[in-house]
Amino acid sequence: MQAGPENIAPSTEPTPSSESAAPSPLVAALQREHPEWIGEIINAFGETTIIVPREHIVDACSFLKTSPETRFDFLADICGADRGPEEEPRFEVNYHLFSTTKYHRVRLKVLLNEEDVHVPSVTGVWRTANWHERETFDMFGVIFDGHPDLRRILLPDDWQGHALRKDFPLRGYEPYSLK
Amino acid sequence: MSSATIPPQFEIVDRPLDTQMTISMGPQHPSTHGVLRLELVLDGEMVVKSTPDIGYLHTGMEKLFEYKKYQQGIVITDRMDYLNPLGNNLAYVMAAEKLLGLEIPERAQTIRVLMCELQRIASHLVWLGTHALDIGAMTVFFYCFREREKILNLIEAASGGRLTPSYFRIGGLMMDLPAGFENRCKQFLNDFPAAVDEFHKLLTGNKIFQRRTQGIGRISAEDAIDWGLSGPCLRGSGVNIDIRRANPYSSYEQYDFEVPLEPDGDVWARYMVRMREMKESHKISTQALARLRPGSVKADAPKVVLPDREAMKSHMDALIHHFLIVAEGFDVPAGEVYFPIEASKGELGVYMKSDGGAKPSRVHFRGPSFVNLSVLPVMAEGEMVADIVAIIGSLDIVLGEIDR
Repeated sequence: MQAGPENIAPSTEPTPSSESAAPSPLVAALQREHPEWIGEIINAFGETTIIVPREHIVDACSFLKTSPETRFDFLADICGADRGPEEEPRFEVNYHLFSTTKYHRVRLKVLLNEEDVHVPSVTGVWRTANWHERETFDMFGVIFDGHPDLRRILLPDDWQGHALRKDFPLRGYEPYSLK
Repeated sequence: MSSATIPPQFEIVDRPLDTQMTISMGPQHPSTHGVLRLELVLDGEMVVKSTPDIGYLHTGMEKLFEYKKYQQGIVITDRMDYLNPLGNNLAYVMAAEKLLGLEIPERAQTIRVLMCELQRIASHLVWLGTHALDIGAMTVFFYCFREREKILNLIEAASGGRLTPSYFRIGGLMMDLPAGFENRCKQFLNDFPAAVDEFHKLLTGNKIFQRRTQGIGRISAEDAIDWGLSGPCLRGSGVNIDIRRANPYSSYEQYDFEVPLEPDGDVWARYMVRMREMKESHKISTQALARLRPGSVKADAPKVVLPDREAMKSHMDALIHHFLIVAEGFDVPAGEVYFPIEASKGELGVYMKSDGGAKPSRVHFRGPSFVNLSVLPVMAEGEMVADIVAIIGSLDIVLGEIDR
């Protein structure tokens, strides 16, 4: 596994070959036990990103949380990103993990097509995922299957559209009113 | 009189009422620190369930970042956690610097640490004043704001802005510290420990304050980690995590300071952590001030950092660079970073994604207040309505950062 040329966010820093030959200890356990959960590994800017197929995201999260080598017991953040309406896959969901004992960090990434924006929820792994997933749903319309309370969080309940999608306008001329 | 002599029909028992009532607390409630609405299900005075309702201050800042050049984004960050604007500036500029691969001169790093620690003290002072005010101790508020005013004056002297400084720039600082700043800062730092002792005298030994805070809003260390609590709230549960130690940035590894820990996980523990943190911040500021050496405060990157005014008058290339940076911005290499810092309220993380242009493709702020507030229902369950106010105060939330 290494940062390939199809790397979706190509870094200008060339990835040293030694780094791709010897995987970082963060991903070694995952690679050894469940290589099928890894789509791709990107090392850039001193950060490690693992692209995970969405059907394995919950398994990969619980594995990284409990494995003695990684111990990612703290979910720092979940955030969505939109690459633009013409891109395929269009949406990303980024999970930023942190270990309170080993102090290391990793990013997991799930890629989604526009037609099928469903991801399994990780609220069963970390309860803090609740509000992060609600925010991502609110802003990007990504649906987290199995979330206990998937409602809008920042925008009003009857808001139309998802504000952080690239095709949502920055300015609007329709005044918002409570109907 | 011992309890044995009280006739049984007059004994006080905690008997829940059979009816539940749902009430709305906020968004204009003064003790919700902004526009937070809580939906409370009450059984008598006991909280059965609380549901925070947020978004009243949502201004679409993350959307706005995508339409602004990197250097224009700095002023937006000031308005998120408006009690800790320099911390927000730092997280944002350091994320961009990580993408650009910039080396920041030592003097700029030291000034950043100094200003951030002063800002942390100012933020904690607002927390202390309002927290005490919520619980009923009004005097503390005035003393806190008197001290905070001195820090705001220092920040104003350096940056020109009191609440929205935008002092840090991608590649360094807006400008060097003004003449006489060090002396004024030294004077403040000399006086400050006495002020903290004064706060301790006003509150820490106060029986009413102790009764209102001890054993209230308890959360265990495991739950705190699982719920993503960070900063003083996490350390109030005895978890030794401080990003300045865990993932040092801006040369924090070179400073000698302690990470205050309290094991109890209640409102009192979070109070004590912040009180002790002010002393630690004072210690770091003193060290930073002593470390200041003459030098440049801007990185050597002419395509990113604005040139000096004098250079523009004599060098054609400086003038061209200035024009290009202002008119077109600078391109940032494609990629994505997550940069966490220890803000006054906890882990402030900036996720920045660039696709190679002069404007970011996505900027996301992991606000510590946002995550800390999500834990409120867990802490408030089974407590009294009046204690909700104490718990909110102990979380130290800023709605500007929650709603963004």
